[in-house]
Amino acid sequence: MNPGTQPVATLRGPATPHGAVRLTVESASYSYTPVGRKASAFSLEATTFQAHQRELIAVLGPNASGKSTLLRLLSGLVKPLSGRVQLDGHEVSQLEPRTRAQRIAVVHQESPLLFPMRVWEYVLLGRHPYGRTLRLETPADLDIVQQSLTLVAAAHLRDRWMGEISGGEKQRVVLARALAQQPLLLLLDEPTLHLDIAAQVELLRRLRRLAAEGRYTVIVVTHELNLAAEFADQVVLLHRGKPLRVGTPAEVYRRDLLQQVFATELDVETGADGLPRVRVRGRERFDAPQPGTA
Amino acid sequence: MKPLTPRRLVLICGGLLVVLLAVVLLSLKLGAVPISITDLVMSLWNTAVHGAPLPSEYRLFIFELRLPRILLGILVGASLAVAGAGFQALLRNPLADPYVLGVSSGAALGAILSLVIATRATIATPVAAFAGAGATIAIVYLLGRRNGQIDSYTLLLAGIITASFLSAVIMFLMTTLTGRDLRGMAFWLMGDLSTPLPVEMKWLFIVAAVAVGFIYTTAADLNLLLTGEQEAVHLGVDVKRVKLVVYVSASLLTGLAVSVSGAIGYVGLVVPHIVRLLFGSDYRLLIPATAIGGAIAVVVADTLARIVVAPTELPVGAMTAMAGAPLFLYLLRRRLQ
Repeated sequence: MNPGTQPVATLRGPATPHGAVRLTVESASYSYTPVGRKASAFSLEATTFQAHQRELIAVLGPNASGKSTLLRLLSGLVKPLSGRVQLDGHEVSQLEPRTRAQRIAVVHQESPLLFPMRVWEYVLLGRHPYGRTLRLETPADLDIVQQSLTLVAAAHLRDRWMGEISGGEKQRVVLARALAQQPLLLLLDEPTLHLDIAAQVELLRRLRRLAAEGRYTVIVVTHELNLAAEFADQVVLLHRGKPLRVGTPAEVYRRDLLQQVFATELDVETGADGLPRVRVRGRERFDAPQPGTA
Repeated sequence: MKPLTPRRLVLICGGLLVVLLAVVLLSLKLGAVPISITDLVMSLWNTAVHGAPLPSEYRLFIFELRLPRILLGILVGASLAVAGAGFQALLRNPLADPYVLGVSSGAALGAILSLVIATRATIATPVAAFAGAGATIAIVYLLGRRNGQIDSYTLLLAGIITASFLSAVIMFLMTTLTGRDLRGMAFWLMGDLSTPLPVEMKWLFIVAAVAVGFIYTTAADLNLLLTGEQEAVHLGVDVKRVKLVVYVSASLLTGLAVSVSGAIGYVGLVVPHIVRLLFGSDYRLLIPATAIGGAIAVVVADTLARIVVAPTELPVGAMTAMAGAPLFLYLLRRRLQ
């Protein structure tokens, strides 16, 4: 058989441990001119990768590398200029808004609430895509809210006000709302921002577990190279609107590549578990010992 | 977890309707010529049930003087309050109000221009007021943006300045058009419920009900819009459609209210705020509760305007501004902290 005619899904063989292909991004590109001042036209060049069920993918890159644009393409907010973004065979930008919200959940960096709201009310908003006119909630919706809060270990926060919980708790509640959408694809935009290291690790561990148990495909846009190496099955490395490399962390984390992309001196070491670690070179190297330390 | 149930919706709105009925009865009773409430209820009952004719002095005071004015108060109050709640969601600004944003002044200017041309209030008056309201909110929206984003305080400032500018234009028109009924025109500036209507009351009620109904169909979407436009899109809201529906309906309600009553201020700010404090900010409850609450507020304000300096009357807009402006300042200061 001519390999060129095979569906892309089978090109790598069926040997993936993660289940069927869920998201296919094939030569998807996008370009736009922002409305604000000063900024020039920005483009994302043809990007190709696949995400499987139960897989966690990290999108990495410095500021203005195209991460947000890729996220907009994946969430179906914009239509690719060329190429395809398909979720289970459906072009995401063509889906009805409500259907799309039943399949794709997006967690953004927080946006301020206009009026005070209880945690459960906030999570209940995730059921909106399933409602009818007026969308009065059913007991089933409330069960799903409860389950979603339990999944992110936030059931005890249920009756608190959104304004009085901590940053880490809030991040979990926002995640619970995304889970209440019962999506196939979970997209997160820098979810670890403003979290302390313990909360960052806890969040990514939880996302991994959710991906494995809930069969979600999880895509995380992040700046945290080491967290991505630790938790991601695949990494998409972007630089100035170009997809530089797609692969496992070990394949993508090359010292010269990362140094070029992040424009800073970095070391890449491979740990005993085979996962790469990135170390920044902060200190200048002084050969002479510091005075008074001898 | 106590989500909104149909039962809660009906109970709260029913309760508010009872309050409205009480306020209406009280307003019928009070005035330069006092009527005892028992007599009033008995007479109305006899007329309604036994077909007995109303005593003639009641007919004059109740049906020709006080009741039309109360009905107009209900219409104007409900329209302005729902328009305020709509603008608050549309602009993501809890301080939005048709009067503060200059929308009422724009509607008044539209209405006055139609009077300049037609000399008499006709169907053109509310239509022109609607056009004035729609144009003003569009301008204020554009002026209220900074770097392509809507900015709360720039928006409020743009609205207040626009209102002041439009009031000056109205003053100019009123002064140059001497010989016309100046007192009749002065009410556009202060708000008044005793002016003759351009069209039959029932048509006004039908149009207002349709506009409120349209806003109500977006109530669940508005809840999401309040958490952020981007979030709303991701949760399946057709944001463009919702914004258009609310924009047109809220402008229509403002134009309607202003064309029959002038610029009665702060109803759209105070009423949704109190309703939120009492029952929460779920728009599915907020819209109907705000409509009834607005009716209550304006009927109360107009009754006070009729009786506090009797036999003279205050403009009802002065009453609402005396209550609303301090609350606006309080809310603004609390937000700044």
